[in-house]
Parts: sequence; C-alpha cells; structure tokens
Amino acid sequence: MSDFFVGATTILAQQDTEPLIRWIWISDHADEIVSRGLQHVYLTIVTVVIGFLIAFPAAVYASRHRWAVSPITSISGVLYTIPAFAFIFLLLPITGLSLTTVAIPLIAYSLLILFRNTLAGLDSVEPEVKEAAVGMGLSRRQLLWRVEVPLAMPVIIAGLRIATVSSIALITIAALIGRGGFGQFILDGLNTFFWTPLIVGVVLSVALAFAADLLLLGLQRLATPWATASGVRAVAT
Amino acid sequence: MISLEHVEKRFPGTASAAIGDLTLEIDEGETVALVGPSGCGKTTTLKMINRLIEPTGGRIVLDGTNVLDQDPVQLRRGIGYVIQHTGLLPHRTIRQNIATVPHLVGWDDERVDARVDELLEIFDLDRELLDRYPGELSGGQRQRVGVARALAADPPVMLMDEPFAAVDPIVRGRLQDQFLEIQERLRKTIVFVTHDVDEAIKLSDRMAILNIGGVLEQFAPPETVLREPANDFVREFVGAERGLKRLALIKVDDIEVEPGPVVTPRAGADEARRAIDAAGFGWVSVVDEGELLGWVDRQALQGCDTAGEATSRRFSAYVTGRDSLRQALDSIVTSRTAVAVVVTEGQHYRGVLTLERISQEILA
Repeated sequence: MSDFFVGATTILAQQDTEPLIRWIWISDHADEIVSRGLQHVYLTIVTVVIGFLIAFPAAVYASRHRWAVSPITSISGVLYTIPAFAFIFLLLPITGLSLTTVAIPLIAYSLLILFRNTLAGLDSVEPEVKEAAVGMGLSRRQLLWRVEVPLAMPVIIAGLRIATVSSIALITIAALIGRGGFGQFILDGLNTFFWTPLIVGVVLSVALAFAADLLLLGLQRLATPWATASGVRAVAT
Repeated sequence: MISLEHVEKRFPGTASAAIGDLTLEIDEGETVALVGPSGCGKTTTLKMINRLIEPTGGRIVLDGTNVLDQDPVQLRRGIGYVIQHTGLLPHRTIRQNIATVPHLVGWDDERVDARVDELLEIFDLDRELLDRYPGELSGGQRQRVGVARALAADPPVMLMDEPFAAVDPIVRGRLQDQFLEIQERLRKTIVFVTHDVDEAIKLSDRMAILNIGGVLEQFAPPETVLREPANDFVREFVGAERGLKRLALIKVDDIEVEPGPVVTPRAGADEARRAIDAAGFGWVSVVDEGELLGWVDRQALQGCDTAGEATSRRFSAYVTGRDSLRQALDSIVTSRTAVAVVVTEGQHYRGVLTLERISQEILA
C-alpha cells in the first residue's frame, strides 16, 4: 500500500518537468492499450455474467420461498465486506496468479447488488397481474419467463448497470497480480513516476464504465418498450 | 354446469372455516352473483372453481368432471377469468393481451387474428388500441379489454371477481349495460363476485347471498330475493328501498297496462267529455289509428265540435315496454298528468300506468 503513496507523491513532485500526456507513448503502446482493454472488458463480462447466473436463480428461488431472502442477503453481504486485497491474497495460495483469483472476488462483490435488484424487480410485479396470468392458465415457468422477468427487467438491468460499473472500477486492483486491464497502466504509471500511462489507465477505465452503462441503458429501453410508450402517451381518454 | 358439493375451505392457522359446507348448483348459460359481507368467502368460492384456491373438502364438478381431478393449468385455460384491476399484462400490447389464452392453447395466428377482430366488434373497441399498451388506455377501456381477453378462447364458463368495481360510477353503468347485452347474445355460464347489491340485482339471473363462513342464506333470482327475503340477514343485506329495487327489475312489458281514457280525433266533444269524466283523470288521450296525438282536457274542448279540433297537448314523457317500472314511476311523479303513458316504438299508444297499478305490483 505505502508504495502507492510514495509513487503518487513523487509524481506530484515531478509535475513541473513531466508533461501530463506524452502522445508518442500512446501511439507506441496502441497494441498494449487494445489488449489491456480487451482484458478489462473480458473480465467485466465474466464477472457480471457469472454473478448474474448465480444471483438470478437465487433471487427467483427467494421470491418464491421468502425464508431464503434473509440468509442469501446475509451471505452476499458478508462477501461484500471482505476487502479486495485481502480477498485476492487469500486466494493466491489456491488459485495462483490466474484469472480465477481476480474473478472470484469480483463475482462475489457483484452478488449482493444483482441478487437484491433481481429480487426487487420480481417483487415489483403487481400481484393482480400475476393472479390474472395464473388464472388464465400460465404455468409457473410461463409466469416467470413471460410475465415476471420481462416486467422486472428495468430493475434487473439497473442492478446490472451498477454491478458492471463497479466491476470495471474494481478490476483495476487486479493489476497487482497482472490481471488488471487498464489498471495495469495505472500501476505502471505509479511505479515509474510517469504521468501518461496513469492518465491513460484512469481515463480509459472511466470511459469504459460510461460506455458499458450507456449500452445497458440502451438495452433497457429496448427491452421495455411498454414503459416508454406508457410514459410518453399515458393519456386517459 | 358447475356444481359445488359440500365444499369446504379451511386456511391453515385459522380457527374457523372460511367456507364451512357450501352446496351450490349453477345452470348452463346463467349469470350467478356471489354477494355477501366481507369474510363471507365469496371470492374464495369463486377462486376454488378455477383452483386458484384449493378446497379442503367436497367436490366441484364442472361440466361433469371434478375440477380437483384436472390439471389446474389446463383447467384454467378453459375458464375465462376477469379480476377487478383487470390484471392486463403491462408489457404486452392489447392485441397480445387478448391473444394470451388462444396462443397458450395453440391456435394459429390466422385464427387468433380473426378472433381478435370479432372481439373488437363485440366490445366496441377501437382497432387503433390493438397496438397500444394497457398503460395507455382509460380505466373503462382496460376493463373491456380484460373481459374480451377472458372470452378470447370462447370458454363456456367465466369467473369474474368484482369486474366493474375499479371504474367510476358512470363508466360502471355503461359497462354493466354492455355486459348484459353481450351476455344476452353469448349465454355463457358466468359466476361473478360483487360487494354491490345493486350490481348483483342488475346483472344476475340468480344471486347467492353468503353469510360469514360461506353459509348460503338465499339462492334465488333477484326479484324473489327482493320480494321474499329468506330471513332477516338477507332483508338487512339487500337493504332499504327493496320495493324500488324490485321496480327496477320489472319491465313495463311484464305487466298489463290499463287502456286509459282514449278518443279518436273524430269523436264528438261530448263523447270526449264523457270519457274524461269516466276516467276521472281530468283529461283524455287523442289517438288516431294507434298514433298518439296528445291529450285534451275540458278547457281545450270548449267551443269544439270534435276532439280533433281541440288543441291537444303532448305528453311530457313516455315509457316503452322495455323501460322498467322504476322509470315508469319516475315518469308518473314528474308529469302533470300523474300517469305514465306507455307507447311502442313509433308513438303507438298502448295505455297508461298509474301509481295505484304500480303499487299493486309491489304488493303482489
């Protein structure tokens, strides 16, 4: 930890002589930027997808068996409180410097948000809509996939957005074991007292988070055309 | 068509049964209202028919088969179901909502489209609504779509849980009238729950009045319930103004009207005066070959040779055979002639209704 602060302070001290950005560095490292970016995106996708694959069935189960809500929330809450460094170092002896060592904490952190949002989404479906659907003869499975999930979509996607953006930010920490995506540039910058990679790493991480958030927002609009239609044209005639 | 045989429902953890022992026989093509105070189990009874609630005892036989022996999902696809807030799927367009059950039971698109067209016509719904979402419709439109959706796969039986409770009184009245018109044509077996006695009286062929614990206090046509309430509970439940409520159920066509004082326009003035005196109303109707011209009194006849010469005054209001006695009563108390004049379509005179005639009917 203290290395970081030493590095950062040294950089601050050098700022008179060193320009903020050396563009030549960027063009020289174009290939590395792309590969780090892909790594960052890949890790984000792995985290959110696996996190969702765990959280979604758990939330569906909990929405039908309320007793499960509290233990699942507690477990994912406890996971959420484990400091990232500690988590990674705890896993090092087991999974080494592999992607798994990074992915496990990231997935664990995403569970709380994904579980709670998915559950809140399923709970937000009006009881009379479900009653009418069952009364018309939808099976439990049809009720889930044709009624509950589509209607829960706005809240579920809101959860995915938070989980995605926070994963993108957290992934930079994985630079410690060489799996940090853009975080690697940040670490390099700090270690070599060099502004350019640090700024490139920070700017690209933030940009990636923005882009992912916008993408999911667009997806939410596409997935919930009724919400927009009702919002814009909700007129009682 | 539907028979409930000694049906019992106990919810876990409650001391008394929601439904103790209920037996009810519902005929094909009839509209039955389940009414009663909160806690009488009317909604529970309704939901046991399509097994949204499972009975804990007894049998419910639908069209010859015990519903408890059927797959609940398949059973429900064959029964129309309407609830208070319609329960339209907010993320599906109106067309998709209506097509829900036909799609579930595997109709092809062509058949579904044809059926949707048919239902639009039956329910007087605008074609433009089809591609909108439920959130874009008014309460009354949503309610009609809800009923149309329940009828989509043409089920012989419909269950309705307070179908018109969520809309304002004016819209509710219109929906009820439309319901009666549609039911007149389709003759479905309908069971509906309502807390509104007047709605039950207006819409049902028979009403089942339930007491706490699902005790059936009376099961009879509304007219009978109002005329001969089975006990104090029913009397109190249907409330005051039983006489007026009954009048609303009887059509003018259902009773015999009095001929009333009538002369032709060619009748002499003296004859007209005699007719006026005989009836004691103080006036006489002038009718020309069935067509009602108006009424004249002694004053109007002064200096005339025939009734037709006198200036006749038109009646301020008429009733037709399709109007209820309650409307006839309204016509009586608001007209100067103190009678309701009964005409057929096209102003053909049929006779008059007096206050005495109507009270006879209430007391009968």
